[in-house]
Amino acid sequence: MNSVGVTMENAIEVRDLVVERGRRRVLHGISCDVAAGRVTGLLGPSGSGKTTLIRAVVGVQVVRSGTVTVLGRPAGSAPLRREVGYVTQAPSVYADLSVRENARYFAALHGLGAPVADRAIADVGLAAAAGQLVGNLSGGQRSRASLACALIGDPGLLVLDEPTVGQDPVLRADLWSRFHELAAGGTTLLVSSHVMDEAGRCDRLLLIREGLLIGDGAPAAIRARAGTDDLEEAFLRLIQERPEVAA
Amino acid sequence: MSLRITFATAGRILRQLRHDRRTVALLLVVPALLLGLLFFMYDGPGATFDRIALTMLGIFPFVIMFLVTSIAMLRERTTGTLERLLTTPLGRLDLLFGYGLAFGLAATLQGAVATGAAYWLLGLRTTGSAGLVVLIAVLNAVLGVALGLFCSAFARTEFQAVQFLPVVVVPQILLCGLFVPREQMAGWLGAISDVLPLTYAVEALTQVGSSAGLTATMGRDLVVVAGAAVVALTLAAATLRRRAP
Repeated sequence: MNSVGVTMENAIEVRDLVVERGRRRVLHGISCDVAAGRVTGLLGPSGSGKTTLIRAVVGVQVVRSGTVTVLGRPAGSAPLRREVGYVTQAPSVYADLSVRENARYFAALHGLGAPVADRAIADVGLAAAAGQLVGNLSGGQRSRASLACALIGDPGLLVLDEPTVGQDPVLRADLWSRFHELAAGGTTLLVSSHVMDEAGRCDRLLLIREGLLIGDGAPAAIRARAGTDDLEEAFLRLIQERPEVAA
Repeated sequence: MSLRITFATAGRILRQLRHDRRTVALLLVVPALLLGLLFFMYDGPGATFDRIALTMLGIFPFVIMFLVTSIAMLRERTTGTLERLLTTPLGRLDLLFGYGLAFGLAATLQGAVATGAAYWLLGLRTTGSAGLVVLIAVLNAVLGVALGLFCSAFARTEFQAVQFLPVVVVPQILLCGLFVPREQMAGWLGAISDVLPLTYAVEALTQVGSSAGLTATMGRDLVVVAGAAVVALTLAAATLRRRAP
């Protein structure tokens, strides 16, 4: 299913993206690229515009101006609906269905059968809980159930909004190595997080604050530019470099 | 639109319903119990009970499916599953027809139980067949589903969603001819009654009460109700935007 993305250098290209929600301008003309076959982290504090940028990438956000190109097509265009897996911040799975029933429904939407659904459940470590109602799961399990539904159909691009919130450290490490396995297989991942200790696990980072891109590059490059080994500290220094942030 | 996805969606909605046993029990039993109440209110079988029970067999599925659908669709919106579904190959009509199909099936079961209870336990008598009553009940349920899908677009909370019941459903019940015969209504009330789809459903049921077989009026009424359901579904599709502000 990765046919659209494999030859491209950038899976996502965002140019001068401006988004307003209500009367508030949330993104102030962002331009950035997400390299194909890599894990790119979208880092920034809560309220910085991460989710809005992600929604623009999956094509559910009305944008004021600018363009978002995903796997060579305008974001949200019909062929992309088979190529992009999306996990929203709040686990968007049906609480009144079991994990298996959820996964099988999303598999059916892609024209795929039960074995694919069961494999996705096993991939996120929920095989033992497959028969349980999602509403009875813990928060961390619920977001893994949501992730399983996004893995179905082997999308060329996975867009994950804070997928590791509420996971215990061991599971979090498992999920990150799973993300890198997927990237090694050619999948592009865009993963948002507000936790800086996850930044070091990404191949590339996009740092965003108050709707502006303040850093873009490999973790090592960002560390070097800010002159510190600590990414949290690097982020702080990058913010201080540009104290004037448009309201 | 894809039949496969529509059926998968209907199956998913029915599975959700199946996990909620209390709702299933209420859906199946409550209309029959309310008919039982009517039976005792009107001192057993007779012309008045026949007229009112017959009308109620059409009104119950309309009201109940309107409410159930409004809440179910609102949940899809507030829990983020709708946003997610719209990033998958699912088409907007797949979702809407999936709901129509799933709750239409639920309404068939409900209608069969309520109609069976009315004829066999409560002695309801009609000139026309019970099968036609169930058919009209199911059509009314689909109309309720379609209006519920449409109205849920204008509600942000469950509180708002249930408020559409008095706005959209109650006037149709008041003006359908059950309380005041339509020919005795003031002209402007009659005109409003003329454009409300439930009026035609009730007229069709009244026809089942008085005539054997499918009459021309009944046929026209059923087309009007089905047409209103299609219009409401189309309007509901227009409210489902892939992109939100």
